[in-house]
Amino acid sequence: MSKDLAIPGDLLSDDVRLAGEGTYIEDEKVYASVCGVVDRGEKIRVAPLTGKYMPCSGDVVIGKIIDVRFSSWTVDINSPYEARLHISEYPKRINPGEANQHLGIGELIIAKVTGVDAAMRVDLTMRDGGKAIRSGRLIEISHTKIPRAIGRGGSMINLIKNETNCDIFVSQNGRIWINGREDMVTLAADALLKIEQEAHMFGLTDTIREFIENAKRDRK
Amino acid sequence: MKGKPEKLIVKGKRLDGRKLDELRPVKIEIGVLKRADGSCYLEIGNNKVMAAVYGPREVHPRHVQEATRAIVRYRYNMASFSVEDRKRPGPDRRSIEISKVSRESFEPMVIKECFPKAAVDIFVEILQADAGTRTAGINAASLALADAGIPMRGLVSSCAAGKVDGQIILDPMKEEDNYGEADMPIAMVAPDNVTLLQMDGHFTKDEFKQAFELAKKGCAQIYEMQRQALIAKYGAEGKQ
Repeated sequence: MSKDLAIPGDLLSDDVRLAGEGTYIEDEKVYASVCGVVDRGEKIRVAPLTGKYMPCSGDVVIGKIIDVRFSSWTVDINSPYEARLHISEYPKRINPGEANQHLGIGELIIAKVTGVDAAMRVDLTMRDGGKAIRSGRLIEISHTKIPRAIGRGGSMINLIKNETNCDIFVSQNGRIWINGREDMVTLAADALLKIEQEAHMFGLTDTIREFIENAKRDRK
Repeated sequence: MKGKPEKLIVKGKRLDGRKLDELRPVKIEIGVLKRADGSCYLEIGNNKVMAAVYGPREVHPRHVQEATRAIVRYRYNMASFSVEDRKRPGPDRRSIEISKVSRESFEPMVIKECFPKAAVDIFVEILQADAGTRTAGINAASLALADAGIPMRGLVSSCAAGKVDGQIILDPMKEEDNYGEADMPIAMVAPDNVTLLQMDGHFTKDEFKQAFELAKKGCAQIYEMQRQALIAKYGAEGKQ
């Protein structure tokens, strides 16, 4: 049993100023509101272990176009809420009404969340390093496992990139884009799905290194 | 079905050998349904229930959505094979009422403001019934909500107290419910937020107080089991 695990309703602190994400305040006390790992940093937050992705300003996400409108696109971002990408936020200048000539339904994009309002209207931009994805493969893992897939200081993701020679892009909403040689893409995808499965294990980076090396040897 | 037994309590023991203030054995499994956002299978005695939670997700039909918070929907359903005589499938007066009171037992505890315009859908299926299905359903739904990562003020625990042969008992089973004098299910979030209180039958004022205290104790025991089940599921993942 881990002493750092909190479940909804657990008392975390008597100091309401410390209340962070995954907590709520009642009677001048801070309680956990979700199941997760307690992080007692500057603020007390509970890092959730399950749940859906909630968009946050500044997040880089991989979205799927689900509707083309006169001057904007509606984008699915793997969240309960849809996002909107206005044509003025597309890297190139587009005249109103010509949105469908640049991005069609079903296309994938890398974009950044610029704002989320109280009614959960989400705005995206592609002007900040965003682009359309037109090759490679997309996989989806739980967004709560994304920090594990990246590893401390990017150690995990760099390992997979180097071992498989693939371009890998990890987004905040749990989608991962992999581009490279077909068999290596499959290997990278398998490794990432293994990370999702075994996110709680110790020494995961070594496990994954071994996994990739074994897979490569078997192929020869 | 067998007729009424002569006595429901013999030498301080009940028909199934339990003491007066003892729960039936509980079995809990969390995350059993892959396609649901959260799920839980729960057994208490001969009750077998499955709860699934979907959401937060888009609301259909649109006109029931609320601009500033999520709506909670709860469906309690008994399988046609869950009771001795086949139950006619589909919602009926009883299950609609249970759905409503169960939903209301969660509404104050789910932090709905986190998800404006969304819906949290809870489905509870009774696979086998043996008295106390609404409480079993609430216990399972509470864990399914936690499994789905829905923010809550606490885990809702639920338990019933009853009266048979003039004595107050915890967690009545089928025979005690059918031939007993009273049945009182409650749901609560520790330490003292009672979100459901129903009563069927007759209690004196003192008996009511006694039964209420007993049911609260039962809820505390259930809460501990719910807590252990969550730690068993997430403890390993929490370590890193």
